[in-house]
Amino acid sequence: MNVSARRLGSRILNDEIRRAEEDIIIEDCFGERYIGSCASSITITINGTPGNAMGAYLDGATIIVNGNVQDAVGDTMNDGKIIIHGNAGDALGYAMRGGKIYVKGDAGYRTGIHMKEYKDKRPVIVVGGSTGSFLGEYLAGGMIIVLGMESEACPVGDFTGTGMHGGLIFIRSSTPPANLPKQVTVSLADDLDMGSMNEYLMEYADTFGLSIDEILRKPFYRLAPNAKNPYKQLYTIY
Amino acid sequence: MAAFDIYPEYEIVRNNERCTNCRVCEKQCANGAHIFLTDKNRMAADDDKCVNCHRCVAMCPVRALKIVKTNHTFRENLYWTGKSIKEIKRQAESGGVLLSSMGNPETYPVYFDKILLNASQVTNPSIDPLREPMETRVYLGSKPDKVVRDEKGRIKIDLPLHIKLSMPVMLSAMSYGSISYNAHESLARAAAEAGIMYNTGEGGLHEDLYRYGKNTIVQVASGRFGVHSRYLSNGAAIEIKMGQGAKPGIGGHLPGSKIVGDISKTRMIPEGSDAISPAPHHDIYSIEDLSQLVYSLKEATGYTKPIIVKIAAVHNVAAIASGIARSGADIIAIDGFRGGTGAAPARIRDHVGIPIELALASVDKRLRDEGIRNRVSIVAGGGIRSSADVVKAIALGADCVYIGTAALIALGCHMCRSCHTGKCNWGIATQREDLVKRLNPDWGYKRLVNLLNAWKHEIMEMMGGMGINAIESLRGNRLMLRGVGLNEKELEILGIKHAGE
Repeated sequence: MNVSARRLGSRILNDEIRRAEEDIIIEDCFGERYIGSCASSITITINGTPGNAMGAYLDGATIIVNGNVQDAVGDTMNDGKIIIHGNAGDALGYAMRGGKIYVKGDAGYRTGIHMKEYKDKRPVIVVGGSTGSFLGEYLAGGMIIVLGMESEACPVGDFTGTGMHGGLIFIRSSTPPANLPKQVTVSLADDLDMGSMNEYLMEYADTFGLSIDEILRKPFYRLAPNAKNPYKQLYTIY
Repeated sequence: MAAFDIYPEYEIVRNNERCTNCRVCEKQCANGAHIFLTDKNRMAADDDKCVNCHRCVAMCPVRALKIVKTNHTFRENLYWTGKSIKEIKRQAESGGVLLSSMGNPETYPVYFDKILLNASQVTNPSIDPLREPMETRVYLGSKPDKVVRDEKGRIKIDLPLHIKLSMPVMLSAMSYGSISYNAHESLARAAAEAGIMYNTGEGGLHEDLYRYGKNTIVQVASGRFGVHSRYLSNGAAIEIKMGQGAKPGIGGHLPGSKIVGDISKTRMIPEGSDAISPAPHHDIYSIEDLSQLVYSLKEATGYTKPIIVKIAAVHNVAAIASGIARSGADIIAIDGFRGGTGAAPARIRDHVGIPIELALASVDKRLRDEGIRNRVSIVAGGGIRSSADVVKAIALGADCVYIGTAALIALGCHMCRSCHTGKCNWGIATQREDLVKRLNPDWGYKRLVNLLNAWKHEIMEMMGGMGINAIESLRGNRLMLRGVGLNEKELEILGIKHAGE
């Protein structure tokens, strides 16, 4: 089913998507918000630039964006897949609990904040370019991979992993990220780590037509929390 | 833990003539304050471990126990009180932030106690609620700007979404995790029986309690624990928690030791992992960002649920509320500085935020002045102790109130303010199985329903006395209020006259 978003506005467009029982292609998308909120089974293909909060609470659907996306994509996403053939704005995958987000280009500030995992739910974000500061802040679970395919320098900003208490961040870079907070330990990814990323890197390379050899050409740094309960010793019972 | 040179705050007094050494107190105390001395064949007490929760006192079959505040004191000093000295010693010992729970217990003014209600005399006769109809039902949500009629003059009924309550009281947000399953079940069943709402708090909703969905407000906080599509669509309304009266400006932290079994399942995080709710929502830095979350939740539920935004009462609360009213939210919940919590740094709890009476009055006035009061309902919470507080809050401009602490007291809480230890002897603020089963939900929900029914009747009596027969006519009706012992500024903010005027 094809729908042109032109002059529909977010609400009518989203009503149409909610009613859709088959895959849907949205043409002329230009800033319409909340696309695919809670969507569970269909594939939504978007040509253009969707607005904020795309794929919020996504529950199993696939969203493919041929263009850039804006802020708060995949907020509290539970399951499904978001593929972005462009760049992403700020707060990508906020508090995401499951599913995958693949970004071909860059992502903004605060990517993957407070992602968490539970049993078989293990959220994954792969960003092909670089990300802004505060990557993986409060990370509680899941995996964030930043590839920096076009970067010479380490492709993340400052304060990566502040407050991190679970999950893993992998950064493809010749040098480790600077200014890491004390909750984070950094080491070179070992064979086990590479194995755990393999499935996602293969799928990512396949999705965007990249060479897996090129992705694996540089080393990956592994960022992990250095304690499961970082705030345990802070309090005096009164 | 206590520093070595701090004398216990409470002493366990045992009447040895009555004590039969039955050891019930020992079994009942999760803190280990009662010890049986086998060699001497008698009970003894470790006052250091006593939190004054009254469990042993209540369960002692021969009334042999009482807990008294110690009369052991420091040299009298009206500035350096025993409390200040002990707090310094504790922190010097541990180097940690003082952690406490429940609401602010300090001596700040209580405006509810300086406001008196009106009653009719001679003219405008009072109404007897036992014999005449009296409406306590309220609808929360946005109200239309004007009445619209069709060409035949009939009113067009195209009202925005509402939640319907049998009385202007709801049970405020307390998460499963901070309180026990049995406490949660009691709240849910009481709300269903009384025709009101309870609130899941930010810990998700236990599978067994989905059936009370019509009486459930589901909360979405910065940690998004247990938030998913089915959770959102199961509630009657969705509350975005921006802040909490007990700890404005700081987040939540349920320690990993409490993330066990069903708590882990309901929050959807692994056992033993800390549940950290960051202080801000890291995707909300402005009213526009808040509006985005409001509408993403409306979209997620197909515009079938009213959205509540809950904030703590802080200095600029009126301006903040004005922004929220314009964000697309249907209901604003304001939580005053007396509001309770399962754990908060004592300094934050005792020194941050403002009284709900002042916050509520200024928000109501601001929204009326701006002509947008009808866009939102106001729920006031944080220290509502009785039906008189409810009536005063409504006359100050609230549509409804939230009660938390009062509800827990009905369930057995004795206000020892030790929720954060996780060893609640009354089975409320604990996840220890042996303690949780002390609270029987069959008993608990009836106690809550009793409380609500009693308050409802008292509300009707007070309204009747004022000659008012519907909550609608009481809301924001400041003529029904007079202040006693308040200065002009306080009267101005509350928007009420002084008694005698």
